[in-house]
Amino acid sequence: MGLAKRIIPCLDVHDGRVVKGVQFVDIRDAGDPVEIAKKYDEAGADEITFLDITASHEGRDTTIHMVEAIADQVFIPLTVGGGIRSAKDVRAMLNAGADKVAVNSASIHNPGLINELCEEFGSQCIVIAIDAKQVSQDPPKWEIFTHGGRNPTGIDAVEWAVKMTEGENGAGEVLLTSMDQDGVKKGFDLGLTKAVSEAVKVPVIASGGVGNLKHLSDGVLKGGADAVLAASIFHFGEYTIAEAKKVMQDDGIEMRI
Amino acid sequence: MQRIAIIDYGMGNVRSVQKAIEFVSPDDEVLLTHDRTYIENSDRVVFPGQGAIGGCMKVLNELDLTESIKQAANEKPLLGICLGLQMLFDWSEENGGTDGLSIFEGTVNHFQSNSLKVPHMGWNTVRQTKEHQLWEGINDNARFYSVHSYYANPSADVEVGSTNYGIDFCSAAARGNIFAVQFHPEKSQRDGLKLLENFVNWQVN
Repeated sequence: MGLAKRIIPCLDVHDGRVVKGVQFVDIRDAGDPVEIAKKYDEAGADEITFLDITASHEGRDTTIHMVEAIADQVFIPLTVGGGIRSAKDVRAMLNAGADKVAVNSASIHNPGLINELCEEFGSQCIVIAIDAKQVSQDPPKWEIFTHGGRNPTGIDAVEWAVKMTEGENGAGEVLLTSMDQDGVKKGFDLGLTKAVSEAVKVPVIASGGVGNLKHLSDGVLKGGADAVLAASIFHFGEYTIAEAKKVMQDDGIEMRI
Repeated sequence: MQRIAIIDYGMGNVRSVQKAIEFVSPDDEVLLTHDRTYIENSDRVVFPGQGAIGGCMKVLNELDLTESIKQAANEKPLLGICLGLQMLFDWSEENGGTDGLSIFEGTVNHFQSNSLKVPHMGWNTVRQTKEHQLWEGINDNARFYSVHSYYANPSADVEVGSTNYGIDFCSAAARGNIFAVQFHPEKSQRDGLKLLENFVNWQVN
């Protein structure tokens, strides 16, 4: 027996509510973040990711209080992301009870940020979040997009993942979201997941596109992911965490049951 | 009511350690502190740590806390967590070589693997290689959450738990009133909370 693959339910939080959209639009309410986090902890989730998709300045205090409330009652790892721009933001989230902090767009505007944060807080708590879209089929290429998929950056996603995780002060984990697949329930972008998983030395969380439980197994077996993230299939009661773990275990994947 | 001091020297997320201990032991006073007097007068000490060992040892020295930890290691229940386990050893190869507290004999080494992801992150099994009161009510090979790139390599017989990640490494070490774990009990749900509860109730013989 060895290290288990992880299932991570993701809470996309907008104005204090868990929501889920399709390709970052058409948002649907799924409930109170604290209640939902507690439910997933009890149901056997391996970690929880909390993404603040408002990430406005006013919303920041609400998010901190919510992270505190979750951390009071949830005793599994908690990753918080959305609008993290500085060491001050990271410190505030860690003090509120987050275990890891995900940094997305700010790393693109300030490429030295990840190294600075890892030096100050340790690689183990810094996650590089990457939102990518496929821009070429042959050879397959993916580019990083910011602002909910609207702004291309010209940066190659695989090269960026390597750059942000290499060296002593690289990020300790990659949260990789396919913007093509997000919310459309056709499964992860396995080509992207595999390309990044093989290129980096740190764990990769596959995200974006889960519609059924086989998709989770595919993320690990075909994509090479170390963890799989999903939102709507769990929020709206289509599947439980236990059912997901059972399917993955039956597919030969080591899980924490 | 007992007084439980969690040594807070600004490294990593120690709030979650406090929250988990308060959850299992609501009647005790659980304080995050770097106050030497408080630590020296407390009933139990928790020594957490995250980040890089060089930075942790530097801050411990600046705050003049190494003697307080050594004193706790001599006379009261002490729980080391993550880097709090690694720092108990003589030396770590991290940060170009860093001296530890030499409470346990041995070194701390980096995972060497071309095929495994480093850090070792996630839920892995812990084989209870020796009986201990802190394992009570926890199944052998229960899974705990870890995140680390270095592991302890004891030269004395202190191992009480072992985990496999490419190699078998010491994931729990104990001697007398000291118990230390590489994993994060505060993030390991039911079994982690049970271990913390056992620590809070531990009567050292």
